[in-house]
Amino acid sequence: MNIILLAISAAFVNNVVLSQFMGICPFLGVSKKISTAAGMGGAVIFVMTIASAVTSLIYKFVLVPFELDYLNTIVFILVIAALVQFVEMFLKKSVPSLYEALGVYLPLITTNCAVLGIALSNVQKNYNILESVVNGMFSAVGFAVAIIILAGIREKLEHSDIPESFKGAPSVLIAAGLMAMAFTGFSGLI
Amino acid sequence: MGKITERLYNGIVKENPTFVQMLGMCPTLAVTTAAINGLGMGLATTVILTMSNLVISILRKAIPDKVRIPAYIVVIASFVTIIQFIMQAYLPELNDSLGLFIPLIVVNCIILGRAEAYASKNKPLPSIFDGIGMGLGFTVGLTFIAIIREFFGKGKIFDIDIVKLIQDNEVPVLNGIVSSDSFSTINIFTSAPGAFFVLAFLIAFINHRNIKKAKKEGTTPNVCKLADCAACENVMCQGKRKED
Repeated sequence: MNIILLAISAAFVNNVVLSQFMGICPFLGVSKKISTAAGMGGAVIFVMTIASAVTSLIYKFVLVPFELDYLNTIVFILVIAALVQFVEMFLKKSVPSLYEALGVYLPLITTNCAVLGIALSNVQKNYNILESVVNGMFSAVGFAVAIIILAGIREKLEHSDIPESFKGAPSVLIAAGLMAMAFTGFSGLI
Repeated sequence: MGKITERLYNGIVKENPTFVQMLGMCPTLAVTTAAINGLGMGLATTVILTMSNLVISILRKAIPDKVRIPAYIVVIASFVTIIQFIMQAYLPELNDSLGLFIPLIVVNCIILGRAEAYASKNKPLPSIFDGIGMGLGFTVGLTFIAIIREFFGKGKIFDIDIVKLIQDNEVPVLNGIVSSDSFSTINIFTSAPGAFFVLAFLIAFINHRNIKKAKKEGTTPNVCKLADCAACENVMCQGKRKED
């Protein structure tokens, strides 16, 4: 039951972009079309789930036994960067269809601070490995939901008459702000 | 000296990371609920950016081109860890309120972006001042947004109750107009959606001024676009445009 609560909380209540402000860069930068947004969302779900599992395993079985847990920021970012490279190479060789769908978004993910942020907060909150994976996966689902909704809004915004100075970034930020307000409605869920 | 002042001006005004380049949006939106947090975050980033620019500039000939990004990340992450320890020891309160966003400075686009765009191609001294200029530009941006949000959201600036201050000191013009009866705080400014709205209106204001100025001079306006945000991610994909 706790796991289900954790999943709902990660995906909607404490949405990674709209209430924790992690991964704003791709959220604003890659949300122009629904298809690209969905690709980015898929890639983030894929990487964040694996990264959460790997980083919490490394923390538990390498950093803590050797009393190196103070190095977690350095180790985690390197692991994530290497992991993204590895996932890219693996997909290219073995699952070309998936690589075609997600490939171009993978290199962008290393700078997505949501991946590192979730890995660090898993450790801070003392989640076990199962909880870390669930938290990572559903936080990424929350990211995907948010970026796809924003892309949908932006596609409609293209055709609307916006004041000159609000074109581009400001209108997108306002749309994101309204979405953040809507998402606060989920806080009654848990 | 000309080069140094040029670097500082470039970072703080011309290529201001917050308002012009729209880099480092995560901390900009997340920590600006109070002016002191914005200032603290900005200064921590400035120190890390300056140090990493210095080290990367010194090592620019030693780092092989193919592994430069991981090398930069190691340098940046080391300084972030050092700053994190210093803040835990001497500024525990600030450290608690910034929380996760201190270690997340590692993935701040500004730092990796400056390493790639400037420090890896220039001598150490200009790189230091490039770091200071960009860092201060970021600090100014964050503190400005934070002051607006803290004032409207809590009626305070740097934790000083401005409304009470005006009332107690009987400031000539404002006295009677500004009082705790007439001033009520607007909670949305300090909540999550407020961050998006404040930034949106600030950028719209800057766009408005740029458009006006460009119309006067008959040139095309330099309006800040979201593509600039994706540009920082291009660092990760060898400069290839991946979006759209």
